[in-house]
Amino acid sequence: MDNKKDQDVFVAGLGAITAIGNNVGECLASLEEGKAGMGAIRFLDTVHRQKIPVAEVKLDNEELFSRSGSSSRVSRTALLSIIAARAALDNAAIYNISSLRCGFISANTVGGMDKSEKFFAAFHSDPQKGKLRDIMLHECGTITEWVADQLGIFDYVTTISTACSSSANAIFFGARLIRHGMLDLVVAGGTDSLTKFTLNGFNTLMILDQQFCKPFDEERNGLNLGEGAGYLVLVSERVAASLELYCRLSGYCNANDAYHQTASSPDGTGSYLAMKGALARSGLQPKDIDYINLHGTGTQNNDLAEGIAIRRLFDPDFPPMSSTKSFTGHTLGASGGIEAVFSALSVRHGLIYPNLRFHTPMSELPFVPETLFHKNEPINHVMSNSFGFGGNCSSLIFSKV
Amino acid sequence: MNIYIQAASAISPQQTFGESPLLIERKEYNSNRLNIVEPDYRELIDPKSIRRMSRIIRMGVGTATDCLNKAGIKSPDAIVTGTAYGCLADTGVFLTSMIEQDEEMLPPTAFIQSTHNTVGGQIALMLQCHGYNNTFVHRGFSFESALLDAMLLLQENDAINVLAGSVDEITDISHAVLTRFGFYKQLPVSNLSLFSSDSKGTIAGEGAAFFLLTSQPSAGAYAKLDALTTFYKPKDTNEIEQYILDFLASHSIQIDDIDLVITGNNGDHKRDDIYKQLKRSVFINNSLIHFKDLCGEYPTASSFALWLAAYIFKTGKVPAAIQYEGLKKDKLKRILIYNHYLGIHHSLQLVSAC
Repeated sequence: MDNKKDQDVFVAGLGAITAIGNNVGECLASLEEGKAGMGAIRFLDTVHRQKIPVAEVKLDNEELFSRSGSSSRVSRTALLSIIAARAALDNAAIYNISSLRCGFISANTVGGMDKSEKFFAAFHSDPQKGKLRDIMLHECGTITEWVADQLGIFDYVTTISTACSSSANAIFFGARLIRHGMLDLVVAGGTDSLTKFTLNGFNTLMILDQQFCKPFDEERNGLNLGEGAGYLVLVSERVAASLELYCRLSGYCNANDAYHQTASSPDGTGSYLAMKGALARSGLQPKDIDYINLHGTGTQNNDLAEGIAIRRLFDPDFPPMSSTKSFTGHTLGASGGIEAVFSALSVRHGLIYPNLRFHTPMSELPFVPETLFHKNEPINHVMSNSFGFGGNCSSLIFSKV
Repeated sequence: MNIYIQAASAISPQQTFGESPLLIERKEYNSNRLNIVEPDYRELIDPKSIRRMSRIIRMGVGTATDCLNKAGIKSPDAIVTGTAYGCLADTGVFLTSMIEQDEEMLPPTAFIQSTHNTVGGQIALMLQCHGYNNTFVHRGFSFESALLDAMLLLQENDAINVLAGSVDEITDISHAVLTRFGFYKQLPVSNLSLFSSDSKGTIAGEGAAFFLLTSQPSAGAYAKLDALTTFYKPKDTNEIEQYILDFLASHSIQIDDIDLVITGNNGDHKRDDIYKQLKRSVFINNSLIHFKDLCGEYPTASSFALWLAAYIFKTGKVPAAIQYEGLKKDKLKRILIYNHYLGIHHSLQLVSAC
């Protein structure tokens, strides 16, 4: 574990699957066309089907299975993960990968719960019932491991679960392992599929919008749950030298709000500390940030806390900002990975994404989110925010190479 | 950089929590399920908060608090937690009410507390600790990942004091499901004769262990944490032997420099075969002790082994109750912990006297 703090970490590949596209190209097209991914529930078997809109990936389990290249019909969470992670590796196009020390660091919030809850329904009626294969991937770590095995990555494998900030933490833990010289390449990000467990859980918290969500709008009414997976291929300087790169991961920080198990503090302490720490790590000033991909769930609480924190840190130089959760829904453990993919594209191609359905500015904030898609913008630095239950707040900064 | 274990605390199926002397004798269980010895949390946690906490949160928060008290540190710079299963009891409660109430009128508490980062978040909340906070949930690597993260934070000089630990619980549901997978011994066995049972399966365990790791120790530090490594799905025992020798070599240590090896034998004759082979090869000249007769098998049991190593250095002796074969050296300077979980997750922890 040599401490090579000065080593930069680069983004060499991207992969994503979300409600707005089965690959990065399709996601980008939807972002440009302003096409949101929410709709009535099609695949999830729940009593809330007609009542609560969600942002489902538009492929059923059989279609995902056939695209996964695997031989077993495992949890949807694992299928989403392998599709996005393999796409990221393909995108990085590293020919000598077998000679590199590779890691797979993935996040999720409920493991293979989509199958576990089926198992549990049978088990609950009779403890000898329920197919054991349905609960094989219950643990968060089993999802990661199944995917790592498919990818052939064995040098380092781990899983992070810090609620909605999970995959942002996975990405920067991966970057740190590269900076310490322990690994040359890390596929890092996260995955989550929609489950009855999470849908009902968020429903009990009464933070699900019955309409399509309106992040950072005065009239916002809650979040829409989504699903998907998003991964970056992170590489060391040495590996990066021969590759075409998207950007550099220049800053990161994890802080804790230490206020409440589920609610954010009114002054956004955790969010503020995460953004401030990421800026300090990258050596940048607030005015250097050209776009913020907001956590922006659309709940009263998050958007206010995040907004206040941004006001404290950025006033008076507010960069363009938007919540792409207005397209993808809140994909929980995958959101940091998916939004890191969008942020990397933003740096590479000078893109700013619209915040859909924004009408009325929040009375507490002196800024409004961006509502139009912009390309060819001069973008050098993008901040991506991920905040979650347990007070876990993380911010990442991606910079031009 | 030297990394010190300033203090360590463990709640386990043995008397390991509270005031010394600990582990005077092994607590016996005649079942394949070893639950923790529940301490009186009221001395550690505000009683009003205790009532709101589920069992696993109490275990984690109680151990973390005790560890910080022992270290004399009010709040660390970072908190890193490992848990393979997360908050199983609350997950089970929410799943059950979801089925029984057909997804209607569900209470939110169990869902809120089911999140895997609940314990880490609750510790931060109690301490008002705004620093780095991370939770690893990778099966038999959950604790080792948390420990690695903590060591990196210290090496990066982003923290001087890191609270790192793990927690996992057994519930009726998890025990029933893992029994169906054939994890556990079918006939009753005493944990005291676990290593002579020579049959399939192990005994279930649970526990919490937290460590205050620091780059700037004060008087009374338990031990030094010199190194850690993990290896995933090694092909065979030869490869494991090579990992062990490479690990020691990379820290300029010979196998004979290790005064005590703690291995993770769990009584499953198939899983223990690796340990038996190593005992005849790389560890042939080393004193060996085990620990899963004390804590049972669970994915983060390696944290109990680190607690045991730290406790041995703190007290300067190996508790007589766990000396199976006598020790070859009186004075211990270095302990190596080798554990594997299901033959998939292998880890080495190197601990030395301060």
